[in-house]
Amino acid sequence: MAGYIAKRLLAAIPVLFGLTIIVFLIMAMIPGDPATAILGSYATPENVAKLNKDLGLDKTLVEQYLIWIGNLFEGDLGRSYTLNRPVLDEVLERFSATLILAGTALVLCSILGLIAGIISAVRQYGWADKAITLLVLIGISTPSFWLGLLLILVFAVNLKLFPVSGMYAIYGGGDLPDLLHHLALPAFTLSVVATGVIARLTRTAMLEVLRQDYIRTARAKGLSERKVIYKHAFKSALVSIIPVIGIQAGFVIGGAVYIETVFQWPGIGSMLVKAISTRDLLLVQGGVLVVAAAYVLFNLLADVVQTLLDPRLR
Amino acid sequence: MNQQSPPGTGGAPLLAMTDIERVFGGERKLFGGHNPAVHAVQGVSLDVKRGETLGVVGESGCGKSTLARLVTGLDHPTAGTITFEGQDLGALSRKDRKALASKVQYVFQDPVASLNPRKTIRSILEAPLKHLTRLDADGREKRLADMLQAVNLSPEFLERYPHEFSGGQAQRIGIARALAAKPELIVLDEPVSALDVSVQAQVLNLLDDLKAQFGLTYIFISHDLSVVESVSDRVAVMYFGRLAEVGPAREVFRAPLHPYTDLLMRSAPAPGRHNLMSEDAAAELPDPYNPPKGCAFAARCGQATSLCLAEKPAPDAAKGTDDAHFAACHHPLAPAEAVKANVAPDTT
Amino acid sequence: MAETTLSAPAKPAPNSNRPGTAALLLNNTLATSGLAVLLAICLIALAAPILPLPDPDVTAPANRLLPVFSEGHLLGTDHLGRDLLSRLIWGTRVSLAVGLSATAIAAFFGSLLGLVAGYAGGRTDAVIMRGIDMVMAFPYILLALAIVAVLGPGLLNALYAIALVNIPFFARNIRGITLGLSRREFVDAARLSGKSPVQILFLEILPNVLPVIVITMSTTIGWMILETAGLSFLGLGAQPPQADLGSMLGEGRKILFTAPHVSIIPGLMIFALVMSINLFGDGVRDILDPRLRAGSLTRPVSRTAVERDCTSVPQPSSEDGVLDVRGMRTEFQIGSSVYKAVGGVDLHLKQGECLGIVGESGSGKSVTAMSIMGLVPTPPGRISGGAAYLEGEDLFAASNRRIKDLRGGTVAYVFQDPLSTLHPLFTVGDQLKEAISTHQPLSGKALTDKAVELLTLVRIPNAKERLSAYPHELSGGMRQRVCIAMALANDAKVLIADEPTTALDVTVQSQVLTLMNGLRREKNTAVLFITHDFGVVSALCDRVAVMYAGKIVETGTTEDVLSNPRHPYTAKLIDCVPVLGQPERRVDAIEGRPPVVNNLPDGCAFAARCPRARAACRRGEIELEMTTGDSGVRCLFPLGKGEDA
Repeated sequence: MAGYIAKRLLAAIPVLFGLTIIVFLIMAMIPGDPATAILGSYATPENVAKLNKDLGLDKTLVEQYLIWIGNLFEGDLGRSYTLNRPVLDEVLERFSATLILAGTALVLCSILGLIAGIISAVRQYGWADKAITLLVLIGISTPSFWLGLLLILVFAVNLKLFPVSGMYAIYGGGDLPDLLHHLALPAFTLSVVATGVIARLTRTAMLEVLRQDYIRTARAKGLSERKVIYKHAFKSALVSIIPVIGIQAGFVIGGAVYIETVFQWPGIGSMLVKAISTRDLLLVQGGVLVVAAAYVLFNLLADVVQTLLDPRLR
Repeated sequence: MNQQSPPGTGGAPLLAMTDIERVFGGERKLFGGHNPAVHAVQGVSLDVKRGETLGVVGESGCGKSTLARLVTGLDHPTAGTITFEGQDLGALSRKDRKALASKVQYVFQDPVASLNPRKTIRSILEAPLKHLTRLDADGREKRLADMLQAVNLSPEFLERYPHEFSGGQAQRIGIARALAAKPELIVLDEPVSALDVSVQAQVLNLLDDLKAQFGLTYIFISHDLSVVESVSDRVAVMYFGRLAEVGPAREVFRAPLHPYTDLLMRSAPAPGRHNLMSEDAAAELPDPYNPPKGCAFAARCGQATSLCLAEKPAPDAAKGTDDAHFAACHHPLAPAEAVKANVAPDTT
Repeated sequence: MAETTLSAPAKPAPNSNRPGTAALLLNNTLATSGLAVLLAICLIALAAPILPLPDPDVTAPANRLLPVFSEGHLLGTDHLGRDLLSRLIWGTRVSLAVGLSATAIAAFFGSLLGLVAGYAGGRTDAVIMRGIDMVMAFPYILLALAIVAVLGPGLLNALYAIALVNIPFFARNIRGITLGLSRREFVDAARLSGKSPVQILFLEILPNVLPVIVITMSTTIGWMILETAGLSFLGLGAQPPQADLGSMLGEGRKILFTAPHVSIIPGLMIFALVMSINLFGDGVRDILDPRLRAGSLTRPVSRTAVERDCTSVPQPSSEDGVLDVRGMRTEFQIGSSVYKAVGGVDLHLKQGECLGIVGESGSGKSVTAMSIMGLVPTPPGRISGGAAYLEGEDLFAASNRRIKDLRGGTVAYVFQDPLSTLHPLFTVGDQLKEAISTHQPLSGKALTDKAVELLTLVRIPNAKERLSAYPHELSGGMRQRVCIAMALANDAKVLIADEPTTALDVTVQSQVLTLMNGLRREKNTAVLFITHDFGVVSALCDRVAVMYAGKIVETGTTEDVLSNPRHPYTAKLIDCVPVLGQPERRVDAIEGRPPVVNNLPDGCAFAARCPRARAACRRGEIELEMTTGDSGVRCLFPLGKGEDA
């Protein structure tokens, strides 16, 4: 098993390198001249040429990439010209806020999704199943940014149960209860779609598994229905659900872009949106790279868990 | 079901396999080393004479289906040559894919899976006529009718889809498709294994009739000894990718040389037979990734000696009373030793 | 030769089983309402230019932020005084167009990549899929953001970005299906028919992949509309003054607290649009997915439903025995037709006796075996009559709890395919111990010892080490031995074996049969042995019952039935199997096919295929006539001794 994990980690290295290449190429493909973009359209040609040289843009693409990746290894992702601070510092600070939000949402959707899916499968065609199926459909059809706005209107503005936005209260906040208080609405909003997807999949996976021959064997052995469903069937279903949770992590991190904007959560998503509109491309590059790397590692974890569950994959 | 007329002896064989081998896996890995390799077929030399039925028998994993795919050009040997009427099969299929298909055809094990679920029977049966023959539309129409007639299917089936047919009917369609382009050799890969016994007999009889009618040559692959015995002129027994025994069907089943053939025969249940011969331990196939050095059957064989463990027997290490009867065995069974037990009492 | 096949195949029962696609869709209320809403939205959006709407982009600062239901502005106005209804309809038009185009682009390129990768395999596949994996390594929306960052904000760029990030999704899905299809035999058959690779890919494989593409499109289109709206919401999509639903929402957000309707209305529209698409899409998926279509995703309950007339439960027979089945009927309700899989079966099993049930597929032999302990899946199965007495106790009247206790205890099962009947994720030891501890108060070392003892009993070498093996690490024969060990774990009185050696090779089969035969004598277990092979019956069974179309047509001691079959079907069934050592014997085929059990003829079900059938055979119910205690035949004109059918 340890060997397998090591092998998977090794296999993740080329993927991470691939990520850096894609991110680099995307940025290199930007139409127009970055120097002009930075300096504005009134820049003199001399200034543009000088900046190009400073930025190393007169070198070949491969050279540029090697320099860039070399800097990356030293923790240098460049400097954000809008914030005037190192990209890495800003990205890491923002990333921890996103991690709190997305992590909570992910835990929430996994738990809620699994429970809803199992209930739905076990009570197939019962009222609980129908209710869950409908809720799931509503959940995955609702634009999360709109749902966020509605929740703010109802729970923050009208009922005043939760704060309207931000991560901590400006005065006297900063402790865990304060964080949770601020976290509740955005984390819930963020988890809705993923909960729906996971619930749906869990239901299908459970129904699929319950028709397998080995479930009949379990019944023929005289096992109680509880054991048949929660031990034999659920374990098999989980094998196909885990990778989907991995994929959902990507959607949750992506969805954080909207939710952070709506709730003004100081995470990497709202940073990216701002950076794109101000064309602060180094910041975009750094942000995308860090989030993508985290996503790759999370999927690696999902893979390992799946392999732990299923001996056939080893 | 035997063709009583002696198979066209003399002259070159229709199909000749010389020392063919098919290895799966074993590619170079990205970072040095090789993927594990499995020899699905190894060192097989076998001739098929015009007009005969060659039975190939063996258990799962013995390489018989791989052999079938090699002969039909669906797969290519990694070593050795196969010639058809003296022409190299590899060269032939490289030169013209269709040339081979018009001479060698295939009937599949799973009759329903071999028919595209989204095509009508007409379009399935017309495909070989369109691509492999020069018939015009009228000619094709006539040939379609002939083929259906030959396999006992009603013409109104043409516009139906495969899911509307039973296994036996689907297999008739598969046979009609194989016949369409007038091939000389048909490889039948477990053609009746997926069918119920009563339907199985219908299809076996049909194959027999067609062979006589069109002068076909068959390679009949099956795991079922009694079926192979009833259809074959000659039999090749395969074990673990190699030939264990080859010879005239009569001889092989009357006086098997190889202990594996003997074991197969004694294991086959038959109506009215009470005592199955059974190996004592739970003996099974060797690990294909770690094949034994000597005879692959040695571990299960009562006669095995140190020679068997150390050295692979040549395919013709043992000879039977008939000139064409060989076995890859260092210590073949004496003809008298085998088989008395095999003859099933007549149940009728 | 079987002339009967010259007649047309039994036409599928006229549309009661397989309703047309459109009819199925309309039966689904949710899908239909989704379709209705979707059509309404699309029609209105399409009609936008001819509807009497004010110009959506004309500002009127005097009329800003009018509430809903204002004069002349049904949905009010926004912060620039633009009419919301008009903007909503025009915006819907834009959103729909963008969502549809993005889906079409992604589906086209993704499917193409997937088809090529899946069919070509090898290096092409590796290169394409590595690229796809790389793209999928990015969180979806992030990649779209990065692309928009590069291309610059704008509706078209957002469309490209969303389409692009969805290509891998299609490619992966389609590749998987294509890969599976290209290994199918019909593809080999097409190659042998002389078709070129391009013809095979687009004429043979593509038609089979199309439903999957449609399903994938129907599930992604709503998602794509949401995502493009999202980009616009962030200000990265549609640029003013052009509006799509997302950008309207984004503008409204700034005045959320003062004029919530400006953001709520476009949000509602997105929701209605996506919800209707998803409802409709689910309906489409349910219809196109053959597994869902057959209703087979229905969860089977733990025990077969018993729906029998309680007033006419047959009494147990007078003979003593462990298992006594009387007039058992089991049916399957599929659509509107009822398949009478088992139509009144009597079985009687004494202690230590082995009874073989022989029949072809569809004869009801397995259903008979499964019905006894209620293992026939419900739905669609149900036991509709008769009784099964286990030592005098009516199993069909027993409580669920009682049945659970008996299963694996007094009555144990061995099934056909040992790979699919063992749980792939638990070790052999775990599964074996579970079988023991469910019925015996053992734990810890005693439990392990018992498990080792059982594995040794079925002659598995190195039993102790094998406990920690997973089923896939064992060969077929070993797995079946494990299954037998599990069945023997609690000294069952009755062992029901459903074709336990059919999936095994012949040499392994003889090993397993010898093992079972030895163990049943040693333990004095009664065995009900289901098989299609008379040879296997000979090797193992004391008595045999032959089934045809859900009924026992002949029963007797194995010797009697084999050497002197009295039912023409039995005789013909024995005759049509080639026998080793008798190559000269002409195999005698049975013409025609067995009847389908949802439409059984009157009288003898075999009459249509029977050379001896007379008019009397096609009328009324024909009884199983017992001549002696053990043997009987369901035939009006049975064969005499030595007579040929």
